[in-house]
Amino acid sequence: MKHTISVLAENKFGVLARIAGLFSARGYNIASLAVSETLDQAISSMTIVVDAQDEKILEQIKKQLNKLIDVITVTDFTKKEHVDRELILVKINYSSKEKAKLENVLEKYAAKIIQHKGDTAIIEAVGEQAQVKQLLEILSQFGIKELVRTGRVAIATH
Amino acid sequence: MTGAQILIEALIKENVEVMFGYPGGVVLPIFDRLYDAPIKFILTRHEQAAAHAADAYARVTGKVGVCLATSGPGATNLVTGIATAYMDSVPMVAITGQVKTTLIGNDAFQEADVTGITRPITKHNYLVRNVKELACIVKEAFYIASTGRPGPVVIDLPVDVQTSECDFDYPQTCHMRSYNPTYEGHPGQIKKAAKLISQARRPIIYAGGGVIISGASQELKDLAEKINAPVTMTLLGLGGFDGTHRLSLGMLGMHGTAYANYAIMESDLIIAVGARFDDRVTGRLDAFAPHAKIIHIDIDPVSISKNVHVHVPIVGDAKNILRELNKIAKPCDSEAWIKQVFAWREKHPLTYYKNDDKLRPQFVIEKIYEVTRGEAIITTEVGQNQMWASQWYKYSKPRTFISSGGLGTMGYGFPAAIGAQLGMPGKLVFDIAGDGSIQMNIQELATAVNNRLPVKVAILNNGFLGMVRQWQELFYNKRYSKTKLVNPDFVKLAEAYGAVGMRITKKEEVVPALEKAIAIDGTVFMDFIVEPEENVFPMVPAGEAINRMIGGMA
Repeated sequence: MKHTISVLAENKFGVLARIAGLFSARGYNIASLAVSETLDQAISSMTIVVDAQDEKILEQIKKQLNKLIDVITVTDFTKKEHVDRELILVKINYSSKEKAKLENVLEKYAAKIIQHKGDTAIIEAVGEQAQVKQLLEILSQFGIKELVRTGRVAIATH
Repeated sequence: MTGAQILIEALIKENVEVMFGYPGGVVLPIFDRLYDAPIKFILTRHEQAAAHAADAYARVTGKVGVCLATSGPGATNLVTGIATAYMDSVPMVAITGQVKTTLIGNDAFQEADVTGITRPITKHNYLVRNVKELACIVKEAFYIASTGRPGPVVIDLPVDVQTSECDFDYPQTCHMRSYNPTYEGHPGQIKKAAKLISQARRPIIYAGGGVIISGASQELKDLAEKINAPVTMTLLGLGGFDGTHRLSLGMLGMHGTAYANYAIMESDLIIAVGARFDDRVTGRLDAFAPHAKIIHIDIDPVSISKNVHVHVPIVGDAKNILRELNKIAKPCDSEAWIKQVFAWREKHPLTYYKNDDKLRPQFVIEKIYEVTRGEAIITTEVGQNQMWASQWYKYSKPRTFISSGGLGTMGYGFPAAIGAQLGMPGKLVFDIAGDGSIQMNIQELATAVNNRLPVKVAILNNGFLGMVRQWQELFYNKRYSKTKLVNPDFVKLAEAYGAVGMRITKKEEVVPALEKAIAIDGTVFMDFIVEPEENVFPMVPAGEAINRMIGGMA
């Protein structure tokens, strides 16, 4: 099962390698990872989506993360109210014939065309994983040329 | 001050009296400062030995062990020693030289990514990129190495940082928002533990290295006596509880005593203190101690419920927690249980065949115990020698049994004896060795002799890599693949280095030889030619439940 964990860590040389290394050394799977600075430049924020078979492994992952000297806090969103988002950029086939149909879809998913040139358009969309997945399925009708996506980011509701 | 000066001044502020290492190109500025520094520097003959010696120095003194090596191969040679210290929670600071900051990443001469290589085998590591950070990093390194669950910290120090200048201002204290080990146990959890103890009928205390690290031996003894529970120890826990105490069951696990393994399997309450339910202890996990509830006291939250489900976890320092627990714990009704456990001990003691003239390794260790009256510091190599040393010598005090448990590093014992002797100059130090392991760091004869260290090395020479041979005998149809050794003459070898060499081939020679060796004020190599195919029993085959021993309960 996938779990979303947020880590605040000292924004120091090598901190990402420490976290990534912990996962690989102990055989845990990272499904996605998003890293950024926070308002405080000395602190780095990471949202990690992990694949843990059971509660015991999830507990170990959290404890092991906490044990890293540079890690300040570890928050598990599994049982915590939160919102999360992923962002995708999709390059699709574009023709003026299908413009209306496409715009209809995009409106429904609060997505937009950020650029189009000739027969190619780049779409930007933000949403929860399920929404993004649905949108991608629909967009595949138009023909997807290229896709990039960020890892999930999450924030607690309270 | 230059970076090199700052480093030395900081080490002095940290009360470093002895350090171990080996010079090289990019650490020349540091060695230049060491030339007249008030720190005893022990030049080993291989960096691995410097790391092991620093590790053992830390284990016998409780202080932080310090080692120093140059970049590239110097640093990679430390790696085995750092990993050894990491697995056994030993406080150590390892300082490595690094190429100039401007050359890092350029595949420069003797460059290796040391922080990268050591990341998974250190508690923390640093690459110092600016001399202004250096004093603070040294302070943090010692703080991290010695607090919480101790461990090794690497400081990788580029040569240009060693020669750059800045003011020296050593911080008095160290505060890190991201690192705050828990020392006090949660009172509610301690109460729960006391309640479980009062309800127990078949309690057992399972004590690990954490008891020794936290200095909790007295508190542990008080608890055992108060609640009347037998105590079994892990390899690293030996000496944490007096091995001659009536409640001691000796070591448990793969080569533990039959009665310790039986007792833990039949217990209804396990009180684990500073131990981590390692696979060599538990054997087959799903069959381990099926009737027992578990109280687990450990400073490292990661150790709790990692391998076995724990009913009452208590995170914190063992000494503090046991002291609090002793205040409220009540004796439990364990009389019948104690009787049963003692009956097992009576009926199935450790044993070996004694009714012939053959010189057996167990006999040698028994005699070392008798001649030293149990007061020596024993270091070991890894393999049969280590297991026999854990079975046949009784450790009554903490910090007297020094062995590589977690990593199982062959070649550990001799440099460890050197480090232990420097940490405890007045003590008699014996390395119980095998003929295989001793050759992994035999060059340290030069270090021992040059520094006039009176360490005694007892080589249990069976002409085999004994433990592997034992497995081949039992599980691989006696196909002794690459385990027969053709050895050098250890007596002549010792003499070539300026040490004393002795060869002992008969039972009756053992005691006089030991007495003679102890009387010699110098390094002695004792080559005991023992039964070649003697096995370590009892033995739990890999993947079996720990009460299913070979040579255990018949």
